[in-house]
Amino acid sequence: MRRERRRPLPAMLVVGAVLLLVMVVIAVVAPIVWGDSAQALTADIRQTGSSAHLLGTDSLGRDVLYRTLVATRLTLIMALCATAVAVGIGTLLGAGVVLAGRFVRGVGARVIDLLVSYPPIIVALTVTAIFSPGRVSVVFAIGLAFCPQFARLTNTLAASVSARDYVVVARLLGTGRARLLSRHVLPNIAAPVLVLTSVGFATSIVALSGLSFLGLGVQQPSFDWGMLLASGLRDLSVNPIESLGPSVGILLTGLGAGLLGDGLARYWEPRQHALPERGSRASARVPKAPPVAAAGGGDVVAELRDLTVSARGAELVRGVSLDIRAGEIVGLVGESGSGKSVTAMAMARLLPAALTWTSARHQVNGIDLSRADVPPPTRLATDIGVVFQDPASCFNPALHVGTQLTEVLRVHRGVPRRQAAELAVQRLREVRVSAPESRMHQYPHELSGGMRQRAMIAMALLSEPKLLIADEPTTALDVTVQADVLRLLHQINADHGTAMLLISHDINVVSALCQRVCVMYAGRIVEEVAVADLRAGRVHHPYTKALLAASPGEDADRATNPLRPLPGRPPRPGDVGDACSFAPRCPLAMPRCREEDPLPRPTPDGGVAACHAVDPALVEIR
Amino acid sequence: MTSITSPAAPVPGPGAGAPEPTGAQPVRGRIARLWLAYLARRLAGVVAVLVVIVLLTFMIVRWVPGDPARLIVGFDAGPAQVRQVREQLGLTQPFWQQFGHYVGGLFHGDLGTSFVTSQPVSEMLAQRLPLTAQLAVSALIVVLLVGFLLGVTAGVLDHNGRGRYYTAPFTAVTSLVGALPEYITGTLLVYLFALTLHWFPVQGGPSFTAMLMPALAVGLPPAAVLARLVRNETVGVLSQEYITTATSKRLSSARLLLRHVLPNVVTSTLTLSGLLLVALLGGTVITENVFNIPGLGTEVVQAILRSDYPSVQGIILVLGVIAVVINLAVDITLGLLDPRVLARRVA
Repeated sequence: MRRERRRPLPAMLVVGAVLLLVMVVIAVVAPIVWGDSAQALTADIRQTGSSAHLLGTDSLGRDVLYRTLVATRLTLIMALCATAVAVGIGTLLGAGVVLAGRFVRGVGARVIDLLVSYPPIIVALTVTAIFSPGRVSVVFAIGLAFCPQFARLTNTLAASVSARDYVVVARLLGTGRARLLSRHVLPNIAAPVLVLTSVGFATSIVALSGLSFLGLGVQQPSFDWGMLLASGLRDLSVNPIESLGPSVGILLTGLGAGLLGDGLARYWEPRQHALPERGSRASARVPKAPPVAAAGGGDVVAELRDLTVSARGAELVRGVSLDIRAGEIVGLVGESGSGKSVTAMAMARLLPAALTWTSARHQVNGIDLSRADVPPPTRLATDIGVVFQDPASCFNPALHVGTQLTEVLRVHRGVPRRQAAELAVQRLREVRVSAPESRMHQYPHELSGGMRQRAMIAMALLSEPKLLIADEPTTALDVTVQADVLRLLHQINADHGTAMLLISHDINVVSALCQRVCVMYAGRIVEEVAVADLRAGRVHHPYTKALLAASPGEDADRATNPLRPLPGRPPRPGDVGDACSFAPRCPLAMPRCREEDPLPRPTPDGGVAACHAVDPALVEIR
Repeated sequence: MTSITSPAAPVPGPGAGAPEPTGAQPVRGRIARLWLAYLARRLAGVVAVLVVIVLLTFMIVRWVPGDPARLIVGFDAGPAQVRQVREQLGLTQPFWQQFGHYVGGLFHGDLGTSFVTSQPVSEMLAQRLPLTAQLAVSALIVVLLVGFLLGVTAGVLDHNGRGRYYTAPFTAVTSLVGALPEYITGTLLVYLFALTLHWFPVQGGPSFTAMLMPALAVGLPPAAVLARLVRNETVGVLSQEYITTATSKRLSSARLLLRHVLPNVVTSTLTLSGLLLVALLGGTVITENVFNIPGLGTEVVQAILRSDYPSVQGIILVLGVIAVVINLAVDITLGLLDPRVLARRVA
């Protein structure tokens, strides 16, 4: 027999419910069983705990344990009533305001907001002052004091519910306000209100006991936990254990109600499951990349050998080697998830702590960065400039643009504030930011997306870095602004000879700007090709060919050369085994591809490709 | 002030005096206007609340069921005595005249005279407010110090991947402490540090040693709540892209934390800290009674128990005004730290 699988109850919910149940049982049973013992006066005054009186006796010789147990009933009933007052009035107020006219709705929400920001104790004191301390007045005092919080919650919830179609329809059909409230609005906000009720009960019991503790709640001869605690405090030097009973009572009940509320919330709105831990696979043997042919000459500004990056056992980057020479723009293309951004961030030593990485060699401008346990020297800040994808989220929203632009100069080069600001304005003008002086005093959110990206580029260039890493610098921008930014990067390269690593998923962007292009797939560089060859279509790896076929070229004739989308999806990190990772999607795949990962090999054009199909020997056989 | 060039805000920056068509002036002017509108909205709220508080405290005596004068003098007193107290309370006058008298008195600092001590209420407030304020401010320091230190530390540890050792105990301890009512924390502190270890006196007072335990009793529970809040915010801020930008600047971790992380954490937690601060006031009233501190909290309890209405009115009025001031201060700080809130909620 198959049963539908039920969602397991959260442990919090169970524990909370059990705690409350125990309290309720005590509340029911204790006054019947121990009612008389709790009132019995003895000659043993203020005794500490003993076998006869576990929690000792109070100033009249009454047994504190019995009194604590018996007080459970009154305390719980009062807390329950106070919660009912708070929930009842608060819910009606909060939800009722929503259904009222536009004016009342606006003003009501404001008033509720104001009420919430004022201390409940003021309301509680006022009510007790008016009605004289006692068990009824304290219930209303606490109930009224906490009703703004319920009003606010139900107000927010009801406002969102009443905007839904079915309520609007019911309203249009002429359903009365009371019916609208009881039939359409309240049932739909019941769950969160119940959660808050539970939490509110916890608050009530603490606050009620507080007032009783002050002497403003329950009056003699009745007694609740708050009053017992006050007596315990008076006797603290003689019988410290007396305070324990009521304290534990208040804490456990409050804890139980709180846990129940949190548990209910979790039960009704299960949070997203955490990412399942990926099985740590034995990584495939990383083929050693051959030294890249020294194509263009010039000094190597940045060098990376056999970079491997993994997250929780899954390899995101698998043995990538990359060189960038002075004045060169190198492109890194691939689909999202191919590891291109991770490679770039690893190059800049900006990987998040959750990722682990190793490399055989890693240097930028002569600084050795290959050891993960050695933090990069601060000099790196001025040697590498980084431009990120989304200029909207890459500036600190709390700091002026100018402060952020000049920070590296001020902190690492000791440039005085004023002079740094002048340099920054100069740079901003250079990257064609309008009104650069006033931008310095603005916050990032006051700039447009294009302006922010220009400012970001200006910031990256301010220290005249040897290498600029631009991680999809145009992806988040409008098409017209994209072209502008690319032109700007090109000009910077021409003017200052800054080497660049340009990451993009758009092969057209890369071929327009770069001298050399590396194509990444599933954490590997599968082909490295000079841009002239790329433009001419002289590429070797089937993936590069597919990328070219799938992207609209600048001068491509759609009639004779239609776009061909690449079928399938790249493998998930960690799912690549010993086979070629592209084999499942590859039109040229052969048995060998599913058994052996291809090594990068030189191509006839001076590039590098990792594919069995371009292995010269195999090409001849075919 | 002999500036003849520009009556508006001074223009900083290079090339002073040079005309700037799109320079800093319009920006400054816009911010000033935003501030004005922001403050106007806040002040409207403040005035509204003050009116409500004045009305509420005025109505305390009027709403008392039965005859408040009888409650004050007791049931043994003769009718002449009751009449005298009725007149003293102003209950014999017409309603609006009573209200006018009350409000007029407030403007002159006259809050009536205590029935129990025959002391002017304003004098009593002047004596007792400083201690209450001192306790509240000490507790506030505890809240901010403990809350932010603990929260940021836990957040940074968590972000650096060392969280798994600390997160569970952190959550457990902060949940427990956050749920502790201040009267239980206070009782526990008295037992441990005053009666058992004899480090601090049982009686609270203005000196550091006499103020530390009360401040901890009031401050620790909200501090625990704040710490959890700050931890979550810190983790959130640290995973933002602008922190990667800041990391690319290879700043010292102190600078990264103080300049780039904290301002954002403070901004996002401040809205809720307003509520915590206001909760501090309630904690102060209760805790004064645990440590027998002669502040407003102990007095209000006595005044209520003795039906000393002028004192009750005065204290509730002062507590309400303090809450108003705290809320206003939080709003202004929020505006200073994060100018984006100035423009928010205009619609």
